[in-house]
Amino acid sequence: MSKKKSEKLINDQGLRVDGRKLDQLRPIKIEVGTLEKADGSAYIEWGKNKIMAAVYGPREVHPRHLALADRTLFRCRYHMAPFSTEERKNPAPSRREIELSKVIREAIEPSVFTELFPRTGIDVFIEVLQSDGGTRCAGITVASIALADAGIPLRDLVVACAAGKIDDQVVLDLNDIEDQKGQADLPVAISPRTGEVTLLQMDGNMSSEEYEKALYLAIEGCRQVHTMQRDTLKKKYAREHEVAVEAAGGEVESSESENQHENEGEATNE
Amino acid sequence: MSDSYEIPISIKTKRIDELIVQDKRLDGRGLLDYREIKVETGLIGKANGSALVSLGNTKVLVGIKIETGTPFPDTPEDGVLTVNAELVPMASPSFEAGPPREEGIELARVVDRGIRESKAIDTKKLCIVPGKLVFITFVDIYVLDFDGNLFDASALASMLALTTAKMKEFSVEDGELSFKDSLISLPLQNHVFEVTMAKIGNKLVVDPSLEEESAVNAQITIAVEDAGNICATQKSKTGSFMPQEIIEAVKIAKNKAIELREKVLGGLTQ
Repeated sequence: MSKKKSEKLINDQGLRVDGRKLDQLRPIKIEVGTLEKADGSAYIEWGKNKIMAAVYGPREVHPRHLALADRTLFRCRYHMAPFSTEERKNPAPSRREIELSKVIREAIEPSVFTELFPRTGIDVFIEVLQSDGGTRCAGITVASIALADAGIPLRDLVVACAAGKIDDQVVLDLNDIEDQKGQADLPVAISPRTGEVTLLQMDGNMSSEEYEKALYLAIEGCRQVHTMQRDTLKKKYAREHEVAVEAAGGEVESSESENQHENEGEATNE
Repeated sequence: MSDSYEIPISIKTKRIDELIVQDKRLDGRGLLDYREIKVETGLIGKANGSALVSLGNTKVLVGIKIETGTPFPDTPEDGVLTVNAELVPMASPSFEAGPPREEGIELARVVDRGIRESKAIDTKKLCIVPGKLVFITFVDIYVLDFDGNLFDASALASMLALTTAKMKEFSVEDGELSFKDSLISLPLQNHVFEVTMAKIGNKLVVDPSLEEESAVNAQITIAVEDAGNICATQKSKTGSFMPQEIIEAVKIAKNKAIELREKVLGGLTQ
């Protein structure tokens, strides 16, 4: 947890421990609809992070007295598998996981039309299967896709990415070593359509100039990840549409016009 | 927050929104004013250090206990810092007895982050036998009366309690720890102050009262250390901030931290 400056995290060529440039994201791979039983699901590989998200709901709330009269009860659970870390993690929720569950919920909830489903509950489960720094950001990113996959009406696809400071330089998307040995970490989630920041945390030591630079760098990272988020969903619906068209005997014309429609919708989202 | 609060507060919310247009607040404060701050230190004789801070009607008592224990394997030569917060049921009709819930955990972790990342405690000086025995500094936050802005009140009380804490002078010979009768201060090398702002309309107000906290849904807490660098940030609640509002909040926090430092540390007879 404590940030120390010791061995070099940026080499003489200006590259980081995993060979990345200062403003470069780790490779990201996203899949949607990965689980059978969940109403919505998605899986992300973000560098060495492997994280799965599942969404259930809107469904009946348990325990019942928690149900809200005017909106859905939106809950998030961020949890790390015991084998996801270097040393085995006790499977009981740690204080860190409880805090992260709270801030992740607060980051995503504004994007959900909660008022459409009074007296129901929506549960988001984020399971970190392997962690390598930046799991809360990857978790938010994948959970948003799972919500979309569940067909829950969303104002936006919340996306997250961190920036930070290592070897006195502001860099994008810290991995575990950089987070442990670096000087600061600043995870940010945004609602890309409005540019609003819905999650902001920071620990370490940064001047206000560095802070500003890191904030805008993280937002730029969010924008890049958002493109991948959208592409994943678009591919899924294009595929589903093809299947549906084939089943209906191949009405190619309507498929095209609908696809165009979708694209128009996407364009105005920007 | 319990339901019993929400009815009177929804009436006041309208008034809070009307007033903010004229840069006014319900209790007559300016937008960037803290409520009256009162501090008292050393009132718990059994603790190594203690401080009672009142922020308007919010009252937080912090006690410091210093005990010996084993260090974390990844920091064998550092003393350990442990921060815990209890939202005791006497402090508010909405607090319940039982193990800390997410609000308490978030509070403790945000205060912890400020102290830890500012390196306020020189943990190297609290090592007794590397890898075997170190001093553990327990910071226990006890919320006595909840009228908003627990983050700032708790961080301030923790800082004051640490600053005034005394421990028995100790020496180590051949790995054997022995105490003398004389008292020494905790090895502190920095101070940190947390400044919380709420967003009402499109304006930032410092030190939100409970009424204001209940009326708004976006808050940001920024921890600033002696050199003016930022050590921790936490956005809380489901609202959001635009990036330029965050930059503005950082600016305000830096100024308010200087003010808090002068007001509070200046009064201590060290």
